Amino acid sequence: MTRATLIFAALLVVAAPLSLLAGRVWVDPEVTPNAMAILAELRLPRALLAVVIGAGLGAAGAAMQGYLRNPLADPGLFGIAPGAALGAVIALYIGVASAWLLPLFALIGAGGAMALLALIAGRTSSPAHGIALFTLAGMMIASLAGALTSLAISLAPNAFAMSSIVTWLMGALTDRSWADVWLAAPLTMAGIVLLWLAGRSLDALTLGEQAARSLGVRPGRLMALLMLSTSLTVGSGVAVAGIIGFVGLIVPHLVRPLTDKRPSSLIVPSALAGALLVLVADVVCRLLPLVTELRLGIALSLIGAPFFLHLLLRMRRGLA
Amino acid sequence: MTLSVQKLTVTGRLEDVTVTLQPGQITAICGPNGAGKSTLLAALAGLLLADEGEVRLDDAPLSNMHPRERAKAIGFLPQSGEVAWDVSVASLVALGRLPHGDAGKFAVAQALAATDLGDLAHRPVSTLSGGEKARALLARVLAGEPRWILADEPLAALDLAHQLAMLRVLRAQADHGVGVVLVLHDLSLAMNHADRVIVLGERCVKADSAPEEALSLDVIRDVWGVEVRWLGEPNSRALVTS
Repeated sequence: MTRATLIFAALLVVAAPLSLLAGRVWVDPEVTPNAMAILAELRLPRALLAVVIGAGLGAAGAAMQGYLRNPLADPGLFGIAPGAALGAVIALYIGVASAWLLPLFALIGAGGAMALLALIAGRTSSPAHGIALFTLAGMMIASLAGALTSLAISLAPNAFAMSSIVTWLMGALTDRSWADVWLAAPLTMAGIVLLWLAGRSLDALTLGEQAARSLGVRPGRLMALLMLSTSLTVGSGVAVAGIIGFVGLIVPHLVRPLTDKRPSSLIVPSALAGALLVLVADVVCRLLPLVTELRLGIALSLIGAPFFLHLLLRMRRGLA
Repeated sequence: MTLSVQKLTVTGRLEDVTVTLQPGQITAICGPNGAGKSTLLAALAGLLLADEGEVRLDDAPLSNMHPRERAKAIGFLPQSGEVAWDVSVASLVALGRLPHGDAGKFAVAQALAATDLGDLAHRPVSTLSGGEKARALLARVLAGEPRWILADEPLAALDLAHQLAMLRVLRAQADHGVGVVLVLHDLSLAMNHADRVIVLGERCVKADSAPEEALSLDVIRDVWGVEVRWLGEPNSRALVTS
């Protein structure tokens, strides 16, 4: 186990039990009435969901930055999160958003975005252009899904439907149940295992695409593996919690200085750090003294966007 | 134990190229810009799908080999010199072990020693000079213990001392039976350091023999279209324009 893995695993082990006690009501198991019910039915699934979603986004972000050889890459670039959101919004729009149908629609949306991406970028004659084509196609799919999502909102039959769509899109972990955990956890874990399997190939890409191929990496297989694993991790996250951005961008940066910077050495610690970030951010959202709880997706964007700008400034200074 | 290709054609880049490369030698591929040098090298490394012709390693088609087996046999050093992440020299060199799926501590240490990088093993790549980085990238190839080393312009961005240091490492590999194939722009380096020179011009092989013959004044006039003279003795020649 590496130093980064140990540090973030230890922090997570400390933070997770504490997060159960924090909230609008501070739970003291001996005093609070119905303490066990609050913990078991509300706080525990919520904390587990934060851990699962954060882990998936963190690991996917680390793999994506390795694949695109760009520290500013984010799993959102794949267009998979917006695709999943579109699926969920369609479920809300046609009014079939039950506990299982909405996530199902979201996963179909993620799969659809992935299939479209594979169709466009999957078989290029020149592997040298593969990554550029892939990035552009992902961005276009993201903006197409975004436009269709806006269309669904603008065509919403009534104000209630519109507000439920908009609220859902903001991303949050409020009122989630064990059903959501059982849905997201296995899919995300499978995705993280696949990302981990891609690690050595991502390391080879450090030397550029041609050198990676000369080391035995098969670009087509690697792309397929990453698309599948990202749609599992990001897609299932969006399915149960809406769009939670920036985790995949920020987390690998926090982790990278603690590792030897090979993409494969980042994936597991990024999963742990992502879990920690989303867990802590969710607790902060619960504790802020606002009339309505701050949405997690908004909170992370409020942290993430300035962080991104800070990165850009630092890179510009590095280039100058 | 040869690496060969028969009637290799890559549309628009190479036509009907037939070469058989020998292990234990340094073979230089020379030619003007756009003659297809890098294309030939990439094809020989199995990184390019040819329209016609098949690259064969010891008489077995390269395209039938598992990519990892091919990677164990043929080490390829691209021209780009890209290192996307600021890894340590030791991590960079260890990437050469990927096809073997092991850490190969001994091979990595040997590669670091051969390229005189033992003291820099823990330095981040970003702190290296251009010459040190080029040596580290070569060490990455050596760490894979390939039977063939194919390098695209490995000397282009280096000063004289580093060029000679790189050539010494490559010569030592050839002396151990490794087949070394270099794309070289500098005809003097090819003349003085290669055992054999393949001259490409207009997508075809124009000469393929010992350096004195392959880089004769007639060939240079024909392929590069310039009048030159060689000064000095064999193995220490200099090229001057007439």
